[in-house]
Amino acid sequence: MTHFDVAGAAVEAALAAGARYADARVMHRRSESMSARNGEIEDLSQAEDAGVGVRALVGSSWGFFALPDLGRDAARRAGERATAIARASATVPAPAVDLVEVEARTDSWASVCEVDPLGVALSTKGDLLTGATAEAHKGGADIAEGIYQIWDTRKWFVSSQGHRIDQHIREAGAGISATVIGDGETQRRSYPSYRGQYGTRGWELVDELDLTAHAARIADEARALLTAPRCPSGETTLILGSEQMALQIHESVGHAIELDRILGWEAAFAGTSWLDLAKLNQLRYGSELMNITIDPTIPGALGSFGYDDEGTPAAPRHAVKDGIWVGTLAGRDSAAVAGLDYAGSVRSDGWARLPMVRMTNVGLTPGPHSLEEMIASTADGVLMDFNRSWSIDDKRLNFQFGCEIGWEIKDGRLGRMLRNPTYTGIGPRFWGSMDMLGSELTAWGTPNCGKGQPGQIGHTGHPAAAARFQNVRVGVRG
Amino acid sequence: MSDETDLAARVLKLVGDGVEAEVVVERGALSLTRFANSYIHQNVADETTTVRLRLHADGRTATASSTVVDGVEDFVRRTVASMRLAPADPTWPGLAPHDAPPAGGNFDEATAAAAPDERAARVRAFVDQARGLEVAGYCRTSATRVVYLNSAGQQLTGGRTSAAMDGIARTASSDGLARLASTRLADLDGAVLGARAAAKARAGADPVELPPGHYEVVLEPTAVADVLQMLAVYGFNAKMLQDRQSFLELGAAQFDPAVTLVDDATAADSTALPFDVEGTPRQRVVLVDAGVSSAVVHDRRTAAKSQTTSTGHAIPGGASFGAVPASLRLLAHDGPAPVEVDGPAADSGVAALVGGVRRGLLVTDNHYTRVLDPRTLVVTGLTRNGVWLIEDGVVTTPVRNFRFTQSYAQALAPGAVLGVGPRGVELPGAWSESGAIAPALRLASWNYTGGASG
Repeated sequence: MTHFDVAGAAVEAALAAGARYADARVMHRRSESMSARNGEIEDLSQAEDAGVGVRALVGSSWGFFALPDLGRDAARRAGERATAIARASATVPAPAVDLVEVEARTDSWASVCEVDPLGVALSTKGDLLTGATAEAHKGGADIAEGIYQIWDTRKWFVSSQGHRIDQHIREAGAGISATVIGDGETQRRSYPSYRGQYGTRGWELVDELDLTAHAARIADEARALLTAPRCPSGETTLILGSEQMALQIHESVGHAIELDRILGWEAAFAGTSWLDLAKLNQLRYGSELMNITIDPTIPGALGSFGYDDEGTPAAPRHAVKDGIWVGTLAGRDSAAVAGLDYAGSVRSDGWARLPMVRMTNVGLTPGPHSLEEMIASTADGVLMDFNRSWSIDDKRLNFQFGCEIGWEIKDGRLGRMLRNPTYTGIGPRFWGSMDMLGSELTAWGTPNCGKGQPGQIGHTGHPAAAARFQNVRVGVRG
Repeated sequence: MSDETDLAARVLKLVGDGVEAEVVVERGALSLTRFANSYIHQNVADETTTVRLRLHADGRTATASSTVVDGVEDFVRRTVASMRLAPADPTWPGLAPHDAPPAGGNFDEATAAAAPDERAARVRAFVDQARGLEVAGYCRTSATRVVYLNSAGQQLTGGRTSAAMDGIARTASSDGLARLASTRLADLDGAVLGARAAAKARAGADPVELPPGHYEVVLEPTAVADVLQMLAVYGFNAKMLQDRQSFLELGAAQFDPAVTLVDDATAADSTALPFDVEGTPRQRVVLVDAGVSSAVVHDRRTAAKSQTTSTGHAIPGGASFGAVPASLRLLAHDGPAPVEVDGPAADSGVAALVGGVRRGLLVTDNHYTRVLDPRTLVVTGLTRNGVWLIEDGVVTTPVRNFRFTQSYAQALAPGAVLGVGPRGVELPGAWSESGAIAPALRLASWNYTGGASG
């Protein structure tokens, strides 16, 4: 019995039980992570999970059920249970719901992978982490940590509308950090970021990072931060490096354009959005330099796939064009409710979880400037980079972010290093003040995006470049 | 023997001799009915059996998990192979020794067997009692049975159930919250919670914006739970203390004498399992005793480093992160049993704390809180689901949300706690089923660093 047969049996059972639409995902995932501290391995964890998750629509009400058993009988039972749950949903019924049209395809897709990350010897991976963290520890870090994570996911999707799609997505990434303990405070520097860098790629991504080459530098910077002056408080010109820009995009654009939030489906937990569908294609989100795309087709970026978990083929579209809000992250049902004609951004973090609206690759298109030009044209300001803390309100408007490191800018030149740099703002006002945007993009991968109840961890990508903003409040302190 | 015990024994046997091995078989069922815009929009359930295996031999360790129960032979073979190739593990603490098993945990059969209709009925009642206000939230039940076996002879079985309901009612300008957890679904009344959320939402309509600054506050239990969870993760975690990243100084009077903080998975209302993933029975740990920082929680690695014994608080993946309290509770103070009251205060106990405030804020909930530095436990976040101005002991005006940047440790420092409510409310975690049992708190100062408009 093939995995397609299992998924098909689940869908057939759901229809036989009374569902008017059903889909099923059989997923098999192997994952591996290793972490090291101060030159010694701290943890090696490997996991394997497999199962089938079924979604059934009865009238206007959804049900979902998942089991780890891949036999035909279990699959049928899962389909029947999903339908029974949908009937319970109908006791507090939704308004009439439909699904936007998506061509039912039979297809296969696989991410790019040069070096199978699960095939690389554990000793090789361990040597990388112990070597890099030993180097950072020797360089002055009290706590030097390193981690890599690997996911190898295969999924088989079948819908009652005729989809039969299998995908093989391999993801890998790694990072190191150096923490120093001072008198009543800690300072941290990381490379390439605290979360590391991740993509839908193989171990070649980790090799390219060359972690060890950066270990001593980040340790040195972390120690220097302990005695650096504090970031001044007040309004100033702010330049953000591309890693922090990725976080800025993720939190204040990516989540805000999720259609389920806009429709109120996340109101009690993640929150809603300040965006009003009535203002789509008219609302100014930011300055004319601001162009944000939703693009799951970027080779190697962490939010890339061939099809989303509703069988919609990956396709790029604009979310913000020349500063105007023009697009959302949508699913087939949310798009229908909103009167939109596209979906393609629905994913689940495994067979046991309901597919829901998630970011794919949400990021900037490049601007005309270099970082050097931004600094040179700034008389008085602060440069910050490498995210350390993040908080934003339930409408995705009011944010406060902290970075690992900052530098003062005076008369067009970088000055002293600054510790504990933070900045705060209101989304559209902040994006509206962006007056310079970098030309050099990095597609940062975020492997820890939380959403949903039960909680799901999403993997998202964010093409980002350095950018400059005016009149930003910095140096918020407790 | 149960199916789980059979499976665990089979896995242990497959590992063979000469290897230190521990097996955890966890059979879990999770059901969650979610509503928004006053209808059920997501309704999910799953049943999963997971086998976790940790092996150690010749100075090397590997940890693995699998849901592929039919393929455990291959799973064990791969894990043994990984262990042989794994880098050295010089801090391996050994397996939990054979010990008297703890009680089996708080397991409610009715909650474990709850049907989708039972959750939907609570949602229906929540919707109806909001009386026309739009509502959103969830009703959740879960049940877990666990078997732990290791090659040192430790054998434990246990189970737990939990149920939670968490919802908001909404006006055009305000949200009102009701949230409650228990070991038993029967303890959750959707009608009571819906009415409470609606009352708060109506009382919060048309809020005004106040300037940021330091305000005296009454934090309702829902906001206090956030404070406790931050303290738990960043303060009372032995690894953070050993790394000098925690603000904690054991033996020092770091908190107000009104604060006694306990972790107690042995209590009858705990939704935690009675032992941890390393097979250590959970101990009741007094973390803060009348203001004095008195203990942290340990797993076997941190305990070995501190030359003490594990308190039974190991978590999966905890080798990097350390141990975390499992059933946290801030002890309530004596007072009349709280009853429902009119207005925005959650109950009469909260209203009594409000009565002592000359000018301050009543805060329902904290949102999106993140630590700026674990050493200072300075946290930024926002208020949510209802804030009101208190003047001369009376709630007078609904207030728009604030952003705060506040050291949670300093907020509870000596002299800072002006009152503790008379009832600890059991609350779910935002990202985990186990939250905290928290009373309301009246605090001398909270640092609001921004208003709703920036």
